[in-house]
Amino acid sequence: MNDLVDRHTAGPPADGSPGDHTAVPRRRPVRGWIRRLGFGGTFGVTGLLALVLTCAYGRFGLEVPSTDLNAIAQAPSADHPIGTDFVGRDNLVLLIRGGWDMLELAFVAGTLMSAIAVAVGLLGAFAGGVVDRVLVTVTDVWLTVPRFILLLVIASLFRVGSTVALAVLIALFGWPYLARQIRSQALSLRSREYVESARLLQLRTVHIMVRYLVPAVAPFVVIATIQAMTSAIYQQVGLAFFGLVPLEDNWGVLFSVAYGQNALYLPAAAWSMLAPVAAICFLQFCLVLASRSLEEVFDPRLRGGR
Amino acid sequence: MPTNGAQTASPSARDRDQGASRRASGFGVVRQLAAFLVRAVLRTVLMLWLVASVTFLAIRALPGNPVDVWVQDMQGTGMTAAQAEKQATRLLNIDVNESLWSQYVSYLNNLLRGDLGQSVILSPGTPVSEMIGDRLGWTLFSVGFALIIGFFIGLYLGGIAAYRRGSWLDRVITNGSALMDSIPPVLLGILLTFYLSVVWDLVPVQNLRGAYSPDVQPGPNLDFVLSALAHVIAPGTVYILTSVGAWALIMRSSALSVLGDDYVKQGRARGLSERTIRVSYVQRNARLPLVTGFAISMGFVVSGSVLVEEIFVYPGVGQLLADALARRDYTVMQGVVIATTITVLIATAVADALYGWLDPRTRIEVSS
Repeated sequence: MNDLVDRHTAGPPADGSPGDHTAVPRRRPVRGWIRRLGFGGTFGVTGLLALVLTCAYGRFGLEVPSTDLNAIAQAPSADHPIGTDFVGRDNLVLLIRGGWDMLELAFVAGTLMSAIAVAVGLLGAFAGGVVDRVLVTVTDVWLTVPRFILLLVIASLFRVGSTVALAVLIALFGWPYLARQIRSQALSLRSREYVESARLLQLRTVHIMVRYLVPAVAPFVVIATIQAMTSAIYQQVGLAFFGLVPLEDNWGVLFSVAYGQNALYLPAAAWSMLAPVAAICFLQFCLVLASRSLEEVFDPRLRGGR
Repeated sequence: MPTNGAQTASPSARDRDQGASRRASGFGVVRQLAAFLVRAVLRTVLMLWLVASVTFLAIRALPGNPVDVWVQDMQGTGMTAAQAEKQATRLLNIDVNESLWSQYVSYLNNLLRGDLGQSVILSPGTPVSEMIGDRLGWTLFSVGFALIIGFFIGLYLGGIAAYRRGSWLDRVITNGSALMDSIPPVLLGILLTFYLSVVWDLVPVQNLRGAYSPDVQPGPNLDFVLSALAHVIAPGTVYILTSVGAWALIMRSSALSVLGDDYVKQGRARGLSERTIRVSYVQRNARLPLVTGFAISMGFVVSGSVLVEEIFVYPGVGQLLADALARRDYTVMQGVVIATTITVLIATAVADALYGWLDPRTRIEVSS
């Protein structure tokens, strides 16, 4: 567990050696990370890890809950800790099983979105000239278009069949904001003194990018990916509400199906709607906290005090 | 000064800018105004063309597009292929038998004349522009109402967070804002309805439905106005809650960067009171980048309105789109996409004009 926390937050090990056993034992790495991440960040990262483990167990260890027509839309009881849904399936099992699909979508869409954003942002910032101008124009135009509405329409005209396809669609619609952030980050990096001096030494551009810029941008990309994940989940919930996602029993689908069954107006049935809502909010909360505290860890200027 | 406007300029507008900034006095002002207008128009045209083309591509040009599917469905109900195509041609105002290219041209042509075709399923034969016109008012009313309130709350919170940087208040505001920014509005709307009217029984459910009570007469009378205001509170609250976080975060970082600027230090060195610095130095300058953010936020809120209007049964454009999505009425979908884009474009143009007016620096060095 300690190892997990560490590896998850630390990114690539500084010394490049994956085997920690032979290395000099570090002093209380976990406590160090907790201090650096702060309370919120620790909460977020731990929460995410817990979610990943629980959802993996749900996806690979649990059977689909059976329908039970004698126990439809029940309030919590000893048999069903958070009640049952409109066909008598256990809400808790549905919830634990439904998380994996959410995480998969968030991961694929988030990674792809930030990959596009990094490519566009870095290329524009370092190529300059016409390339930059074209990329900036495209980004700005795509940023201002009401993309979610367009996404809804396209998803309704061409049914997406799988979670990965949905993630790709969401990524194509979601990258411009991040691209803009990454471009401005890269622009400020480009004029840093160590980059300037590398340039004065007449090192090749590729060398400068690989050796100096990519490591400097990497933490920012990690954070951008996490932010992209929250945005992907945000969009997925909206699409699920209109029934435009593949019918996996994920949280977005569970919530919108329960809403469609009017669970809202029956406090006993509302459990089947509120449980996925709470789960989505918790996931978003953890992602936001993790990204914000990683931002502070990687960028000391953001830390408290001036 | 790389502003949003300057970046989206096309090469020709950019040349004009540079000419203008070299002679930034006298006729230069007029030329800059012209350059600004040219840029705004060019961007508007570019965006509209992009959105129109994407919708055309999706509805008409891709394999398995819904018009072809619809024509086949109509044949299933006993129509001949010619009849079905004739009907599709009539409803879309595009001859579906022509080549794709000439369909595209006549589609753009129709758009320029404000003709969005006719509804296919929701109310067959009604012009889409009419259906949208009936509902646009409600969306603009509720979204505009919420945008303005959310903007000022966000400014206030972001400013506080920046001044008290590192304090617990700052942490609460920034983390809270980031969270509100990532909670889908649909979830908030449902939670609001559930707790207010089902669990705590504070507000009757019918007060969270529609744009006004069914028992008041629409028109310029007090009962109607009050009822409309009462009904806008629920969707408005959701828009405010989901947009305020973004404002607060942008304002915070903007105010922080202003606080580090030389003129603020200089003001402090001159012994100006902290209040003067906050109000006249920091607030005024920190607000500027938010004007550009306005257009982006406008797009987000209008997009969010699809879900929120569906939940609160608010008769705006969003609900129209929701109905069209549910019934596969693609001319209506296409019309809503284009109408929404135009709305956002107008907001962007206004924001750009305001920016130039608020920040004289961009007027003198537009070309960056």
